[in-house]
Parts: sequence; C-alpha cells; structure tokens
Amino acid sequence: MDLINLYLIPGVVLGCIYALGAVGLSLIYGVLRFGHFAHGDVMTFGAYVTLSAVALLGLSPFAALPIAMLVTALLAILIDRLFYRPFRDRPTIVVVIASFGVALMLRSLVEIFWGADDRSYETGIRRPVTYFDTLVIAPRHVAIIIAAVALVTVLHVFLTRTRLGKAMRAVSDQPSLARVCGIDLDTVSLWAWVFGGALAAAAGVFLATDTQLNPNMGWNLLLPLFAAAILGGIGKPYGAIVGGLVIGLAEELSSFPLFSERPLVPPDYKTGVAFAIMVVMLLWRPQGLFRGRVFE
Amino acid sequence: MSALFGYGEYAVSLLTIGGIYAVMALGLNLQWGYGGLFNAGVSGFFAVGAYASAILTAPPMPGHFVGFGLPVIVGIASAMVLSAAVGWFVGRICLGLQSDYLAMATIGIAEILRLIIDNEIWLTNGSRGIVAIPRPFEDLPGVWRDLAYLGLVAAVVAALYLALERLARSPWGRVMRAIRDNEAAAAAFGKDVASFRLQAFVLGSMAMGLSGALTAHAFKFIGPDATLPLITTFLVWVMLIAGGSANNRGAILGPIIIWTLWSATELLTGTLPPEWQIRGSYLRVFLIGLLLQVVLQRFPRGLLPERPPRPPEAEAPQTERA
Amino acid sequence: MTSLLAVEGLSAGYGDTVILHGVDIEAERGELAVIIGPNGAGKSTLIKAIFGIVATHGGRVRFDGADITGAAPERLVAMGMAYVPQERNVFPTLTVAENLEMGAFSVRGRLAPLIEAQYALFPELGRRRRQLVGEMSGGQRQMVALARALMTKPKLLLLDEPTAGLSPKVMAEVFGHIQAINRTGIGVLMVEQNARLALEIADRGYVLAAGRNRFSGTGADLLGNRQMAEAFLGG
Repeated sequence: MDLINLYLIPGVVLGCIYALGAVGLSLIYGVLRFGHFAHGDVMTFGAYVTLSAVALLGLSPFAALPIAMLVTALLAILIDRLFYRPFRDRPTIVVVIASFGVALMLRSLVEIFWGADDRSYETGIRRPVTYFDTLVIAPRHVAIIIAAVALVTVLHVFLTRTRLGKAMRAVSDQPSLARVCGIDLDTVSLWAWVFGGALAAAAGVFLATDTQLNPNMGWNLLLPLFAAAILGGIGKPYGAIVGGLVIGLAEELSSFPLFSERPLVPPDYKTGVAFAIMVVMLLWRPQGLFRGRVFE
Repeated sequence: MSALFGYGEYAVSLLTIGGIYAVMALGLNLQWGYGGLFNAGVSGFFAVGAYASAILTAPPMPGHFVGFGLPVIVGIASAMVLSAAVGWFVGRICLGLQSDYLAMATIGIAEILRLIIDNEIWLTNGSRGIVAIPRPFEDLPGVWRDLAYLGLVAAVVAALYLALERLARSPWGRVMRAIRDNEAAAAAFGKDVASFRLQAFVLGSMAMGLSGALTAHAFKFIGPDATLPLITTFLVWVMLIAGGSANNRGAILGPIIIWTLWSATELLTGTLPPEWQIRGSYLRVFLIGLLLQVVLQRFPRGLLPERPPRPPEAEAPQTERA
Repeated sequence: MTSLLAVEGLSAGYGDTVILHGVDIEAERGELAVIIGPNGAGKSTLIKAIFGIVATHGGRVRFDGADITGAAPERLVAMGMAYVPQERNVFPTLTVAENLEMGAFSVRGRLAPLIEAQYALFPELGRRRRQLVGEMSGGQRQMVALARALMTKPKLLLLDEPTAGLSPKVMAEVFGHIQAINRTGIGVLMVEQNARLALEIADRGYVLAAGRNRFSGTGADLLGNRQMAEAFLGG
C-alpha cells in the first residue's frame, strides 16, 4: 500500500504537472519548430500571478486559475511578438538563444516583483485524507488530478472538434501542405501560444500547490518537461501527455526501495532520472515512443 | 574580490575577471563559431576545471578527498585535461544531435554536475566549498599582487588568442570552415565531420576548464554558487554574441565590455537604499537579458564595428577571413 | 476566348540556379494537359513556379485572364487553382474527413456538402472517413490528396506526378479518377513520369527537356510522333 500512497499517487500528480507543461512545449514545437526554453519560466510566472490573485482577491488557487491562465496566455503572445517573431526567417538556433534570454528576463521579473524567497499559497499544515481505510491521498492531489484531466479534455476538444485545432495539428504534421491549403500560420501560432501559455500556468499553479513557489521552480522543471516531450515524440501533444506521466512516475518510483532497504536512486539525484531517460531517448529513438503509423 | 578602493584596483579586478570570461568566450567560440555547436552547459565545464584545480592544490582537508597541496601549475594543467575529458565524453554522446536537443543535453550535463557538486560532500565539501586555494603571486606586496595575477590572465588570453588564430589559418581551420559552409561536400571529400566537431568541442571545453581554474585561484575559494549559477553560462553567451560570433577579437572585447557593464551596474545598485538593492541586482539580470534581445535583433553581427557587412546568416557560424 | 492558363516565357529556379529557361504552356478550360519529359527537365519546377512556391526570374503566368506571376498560394486558391504536390501531399496524422476539412480551410460556409461530393467521387474514402490517412495504402492516400484539392471547387487542378510510387493496377485507378474529375469540367495540368499512359488520356501534351519546350501537341499526336517516342518514351 505504501507503494501506491507514497510513490504511485505522487508520481501521477507529478506526471500531470509534467504533462501539462510538456503539452505546451510540444504544441509550440509542432507549430513553430523550436524548443521553447522559456517555457519553465512561463510556468513560474503563472504560478506567481496566481499568488497575487490569491492575496488580492482572496480566492483559492484553483479559483484563481482561470485568471492566471488568461494572463499567462496574453504574456505568451506578447513574448512571441516582441522576441520570437523577428526571427521567423532566421536559423532556429537564434530564436532558441532568444528564448534563453526571455527565460532569464521572466525569472528576474518574478524576483523583482515577488522576491526570491520561497512562498506558499496557504499556510499551515495540510493533512491527507484516508479513503477506504487504505488509500491515503491529499485533497490537493485529488484536485490537481481532476483539474489536469479537465484541462486535457478541453485541449482534446479543441484539437479534434474545432477548425483551428485541426489546423494546428495540420501545420504540425505537414507545414508546407498546410500553406497550400491556405492555413494561416500567424493565426495558428497565436493559438499555440494561448494554449501553451495557459497550460503552463496551470502546471505552475499545480506545482506550487503541491510544493512551494520559488523563482527557479519553472526552470528546474525544464529538463523533465523536455524529456517528457521528447519521450512522447516532440510535436505530438498526446505523446507529451503520456511522456509527462511516464517521467513523473519514473521520478517518484526511482526512490522506491525495490531491491533493498535503500532507494533505487538516491533522492538527491532524482532529477537525474529525467535526464537519463532523455539521453537514452535521444540516442536510441529521437522521434519518440509514439512514432505512429505514419509514412514519414 | 575583497573590498576594493580606488579606481586603479577596481580596473585591475575588472580586467582580470573580464579576461577570465574572455578565456571562456574563446573556448565557446571554438564550439559555436567554428563548430556550430550550441553548448548551454558552459558553467559545467567551468566547474569541472575549478574544482579539479582546487581539489589538487588546496591544503589538505581532513575527511575529504580534497587538498593535495600540489603546485598551482599542476592544478591548472589537470583542470584542462579533466575538462577536456568531460568534453570528449559529452561530445561523443551528444554532438550528433540537432541544436535544440544539444542545448537540452548540455543543460542536463551541467545539472548533473551541479548535483554531484552539491551532494558528493566527500569530494567537494558541498555547499561549504573549498577554501584556502593557493593564489599565484599572493606573497607580493600591495597592488603588485593583483597586477601580477592580471598579468597571468592577460598572458593566458594572449596565448590562447594567438593559438586560435594560428589554428584558424591552419589546415584544421580550413577543414572546419569547409564543414561549416557545406557539410555534405566536406563529408563527400572524406572528411570525418563528426571527428572534427568533437575536436572543436573538446578544445573549447578545455578552455572553459582553464577559466574555471583561473577563477578558483583568483578568489582562493570555490563553492557551487560561485561556479554554477546559470548566469555564468548566460553571460558568456551574451558576451560572445555581443562581440560577434566566430570572431576571436570579439570573443575578447565582448567579455571585457559586458563585464564592465555588469560590474558598473553592480556599483550603481550598491548606491541604492538597502531595500532596493536586491531588486536592483535582479533588474541587472533583466537588463542583460534585454541587451541580448536587442543585440540579436538589431546587431546580428555583434556590437563591434567590423569587417564589411556579410549576409544575415551571420548567426550561423561565419567564415573567418585570413 | 482566353485560355484558362497561359504561361509565357517562364524562367524560374532555386536561388541562383535557373531550371526553367523561357517555357510556354497553355491549358484551355476543362482540358486535361500533361507535361512529360526526362528526369531533371524541370517539370515539377514548372508546376511549383505556376503555383508561386518557386521564385520566377522572368516571364509571365496568366490565369483566367489575370496576371498571377509570383502570386502567393492563398490568392491562387481563392482564384480557383488547386495544387497537389508530389510528396507530403496529405496530413498523415489526420483522418480522411479532417484532411478534406483542411482542404477547405479557406472556404466560408458549410463544408458538409463539399465533403459529401468527394465521397461520391471516391466511395472508398467515404467508407474510411475516420481512418488516419497515414495508415492507408499509397493509392488511397493519393485519392485523399486529390479529394483534398477538390474541396475548394477549383477550375484548374495542378498535379505533380500523381502516380509516383504506385503499382500499375493502382496507377490505372488513379488515372481513372483523374479522368473522372476532368469530365466534371475541372481543368487538369499534370506532370507525369509515366509518359505513355499520361498521353493516352491527355487532350494536350508538352514535352520538356533541360528546362525548355521540346514538343507539344495533342495526346494522340505526341504518341504517334516517332522522333519523340524514341527519345522520351523508350521506343
């Protein structure tokens, strides 16, 4: 039972957070063809905006989430317009370097306005709840999982039921043909930023709810986020979701004392698990686990 | 650096650290300007060199694998060898990856190194760092102490610059240029592209390790915060891009200029009332990030006026004229 | 009556390389015109230059009377042109229905009638409307590619080697579909490697070699042309 309560459930929760962040990375990569290195700090920004909403409006973090998602989506659009768009016709590496700069700028803005100390949405000790005499799970974990599922469902509806969502998948799939069909790259990329930013904000809020707020929280997640996106096949949003869950579970399960009394991987090195998975994927199967049955 | 009074001493310090950054930037230039490789883990190689030299030259620290009291020159040489070795190892695995992935892999490497430095206390003394690292010329009187060290750094920069310029004009340099300009053709001529890229990467890593060692001896102390903040990597990149990538002169002037700006703004924030000082230091980071954006968008060939204008693919490594 | 498509002295290429040196082509309304020639003759480049994907260095392209030289694809689609590339001509991770929807992205109004029209023309697609196109066979994918292009109700269909990589049986099917499309009044300008089969269904044919016109005439004329047959049809 310990396995489930102390490892599996936290693994699923972490996996949900990673999934939401990685989906944004994949959407942006699919449409704009570059790895967005500021994505972690966009998550951080969303989490801190929620902190202010909680403080100013007296809402709970989950109630403030829509506000944070909206503001972060707008931020993402603004960043693209100011710092990424000018490089549309230049080699990818330039916009990647620019996104590094944006990451640092976002982080320093957070430090300027909110300070560098650890913060929290609520004070006091939070107790987990016991269900069925065996399952011990914290209410906030339940909330995170439910909210994550809801958000992914909304994304799914967007991608499969709306014209723009399908167009986004089309651009990601075959950019030249999308142009031939008259699909407007500017509109599609706008919505990639909207969803990428909004989902990153949610991931940031969930992370902050699960742990704490800290200006480096998003950057520290960048490695697992990329690992998740690569695992699922970068550019494939559904793959990123699965990738996020796998990485989250792997990280938490790596502390499980499988063979002896001691954890498989020393907890201090937990973050190395995602890195190891990523390196293995990049060397063995860079196109990701879900190549799909496509012919290219 | 300990408290400095007077512009002279300040200038010496500025040039010393700027020079150390120049060594890093020259190394990065090899990897990026010549090899076309995006190394986002510069601080990792820096740290390897810093800790290698520190561990070997510091006085013995009981309970730790630190402190062999070896001569500084041994420390520095070992730093270069070890960082080159790490560079070889990383390069063998990662150099085939495209730029986004290579960036992520090198970030990961720096992260792993940070974890090791933080956690393997027996080796690195964790966050407490390694102290009492010997400093060349530390027995000299007054201002000569710092001037002499500056001389050492300047000599290193000069030697490195000359070596790199020679390298650029050599057959090796010609092959690197050929690979950069038309990789498929170079491969068709039988040039082992992967091997040349690896060589550029290893040499660059060696320079970064050297700069780490120089830093450790300059400050007589290293710790994880001193060696591995992300800002180190970022600053070096801004310096290289501001100086003009693929340009060895730019790789020296860029660091000096940017470091001067960085330090000068630190002085400015020092004059602010205490509750604003911390905000000031974050504002400096923000402004450096903004500077990078401005340079990327408006001065793609770097801030320094240079040779006749080249086509806009100057961000991809460009050809160095003899 | 002006031709539907008139290409006059078109020169085009990639970067500094010139592939087409002053090519002339004409296609009438509702005609099935074919462009054949050896590899490297510039046939694909010609189609791409007409559709505005490759830069033109000189000459003119007129469509329905208007000068469209170098016009962007979006404009050409609005004017009634549709293009099916040789490669990457479907969205493999989208379903058949979604591929068709994307074809009509620029179309206002209800898509259902348009989509049903495609299913009428290609019943097999109608049976597989929810299947991922990436899982389909080469011939089926080609049908999706054609149907996708027809969603905008074009006056002229540009096809770049529609039977590339297909087995002879499937090739015949595809040619059959192309003829059926043409019979509904849509003009077709088709680049083909399979010279003989293409000329058999063509109203008009052009032979390109080394970026220049070599022969032209009706399909039957060209088939009967000994000289050309030896040079380009392999006897």
